[in-house]
Amino acid sequence: MAELFDKLSLYLQYPFVRYALIVGVLIALCSSLLGVTLVLKRFSFIGDGLSHVAFGAMAVGAVVGLTNEMPLVLAVTVISAVLLLRTGQNTRIKGDAAVAMISVGALAIGYLLMNLFSKSSNLSGDVCSTLFGSTSILTLSQAEVWLCVALSVLVAAVFVFFYNKIFSVTFDEAFARATGIRAGLYNLLIAIVTAVIIVLAMNLVGSLLISALVIFPALSAMRVFKNFKAVTVCSALFSVTCALIGLLTAILAGTPVGSTIVAVDILGFLIFCLIGRVKGGIKA
Amino acid sequence: MALLTCHDLALGYEGQQIVQGLNFSVKAGDYLCIIGENGSGKTTLMKTLLGLQAPLGGKVLTGDGLRHSEIGYLPQQTLVQRDFPASVWEIVLSGCGGRTGLRPFYNKDEKALAKRNIEKMGLAKLTRRCYRELSGGQQQRVLLARALCATRKMILLDEPVAGLDPKAMNELYELILSLNREDGITVVMITHDIEAALRCADHILHIGREVFFGTKDEYLQSAFAQSFLKGGEGNG
Repeated sequence: MAELFDKLSLYLQYPFVRYALIVGVLIALCSSLLGVTLVLKRFSFIGDGLSHVAFGAMAVGAVVGLTNEMPLVLAVTVISAVLLLRTGQNTRIKGDAAVAMISVGALAIGYLLMNLFSKSSNLSGDVCSTLFGSTSILTLSQAEVWLCVALSVLVAAVFVFFYNKIFSVTFDEAFARATGIRAGLYNLLIAIVTAVIIVLAMNLVGSLLISALVIFPALSAMRVFKNFKAVTVCSALFSVTCALIGLLTAILAGTPVGSTIVAVDILGFLIFCLIGRVKGGIKA
Repeated sequence: MALLTCHDLALGYEGQQIVQGLNFSVKAGDYLCIIGENGSGKTTLMKTLLGLQAPLGGKVLTGDGLRHSEIGYLPQQTLVQRDFPASVWEIVLSGCGGRTGLRPFYNKDEKALAKRNIEKMGLAKLTRRCYRELSGGQQQRVLLARALCATRKMILLDEPVAGLDPKAMNELYELILSLNREDGITVVMITHDIEAALRCADHILHIGREVFFGTKDEYLQSAFAQSFLKGGEGNG
């Protein structure tokens, strides 16, 4: 045990490890805040869809030869998020189908472009690292960390500031709209914030696993708690804890960061299911 | 001056017209029931009255100082709400959302209003309970309390008793009636239950291929109502 702590404190002396921990925790926090709303709005898969769009945009950026892909990726993802969340109930193509369509479409086009035009010698390695996050969280520059901190603080602030409105819009959009809450505006806000989080989270867990960060904390919290505030707070704590455990495990054991975090999330979910069962059983 | 006036209203969606030539008005203190067959445009009418949907033609005018955002609304339950993790308190309080503007949190007055409405609906003991664990009748009362937080003048109800057992149904009708008679709140209700409509309402709007609007007595005397009532008995 002592050996483990020595190893950990040694690792923590490296700035890139500290950066990874900071960014990981912040991303986990933000994604879980929005996760509750997205899951309840039946948009669990939006994380998946949007991250594939981001992957496609990244591929285009790489092919065109942009040195900094972030602005392009962010712009494309935000636009897709707005289009997807805006559609709602009265469209020809329903929400889940639209998400699935855009998701696989962007994935295919992205991979195709990378295959056709890539100058890199290790194509499958590149693709794999974008899809699964691999080590990019351990190679963050200081500027990227600051950007991430700034965006995370912004996301959290937006969420706290508009918490009550987000609740109204999530629970009953028609009522909110009828009583003068500008539901369209808040949906737009939710869409933009979702896109920002997803682009941030790609560094952490990669395109394929982002949904886990969005879904698991919210679902776990819903097993145990029964009011919106408690669910939100619990899902944030759950997500941060799992991300920390996952990151530390990954660093110590040398396992892939993204999948380790998700594995911890799954474990946490099972534990919360059990707690929910026991609690429910006592009541009944 | 009426609270709400519809002038030559035409309703529908995606360019398809369902109803046209709707003319009626709702005065303060009225109890209006909207009846009609499935698909006759009742819910579309309600959405138009609330400003959620633009009419294909004609106008909805509000008067007597009633603003659009001051109409309380009891919608049909959505799938999302059935397993929503929220307490009764959170939901009722969210009825005040239209008042806060850009202010992020609720103030004392709004909390007091939510508390009063919870008590009025007889939900005081359930304040901290989870919405999805309540019975159908209790859930409707929660949503009614929420609607009351949004208005002091007028509530619109879209089939409020759908899916309730007879006892809960009657309780809810009594509650709505007392809001109308004692608190002077104007009620506009969509219902399939023509018996209840004739018992509670003072005005009837019947939409379908033909449109009727008038007081309950006028409706009962119209030949058109009698054929509908007979038809209803024949089917049911």
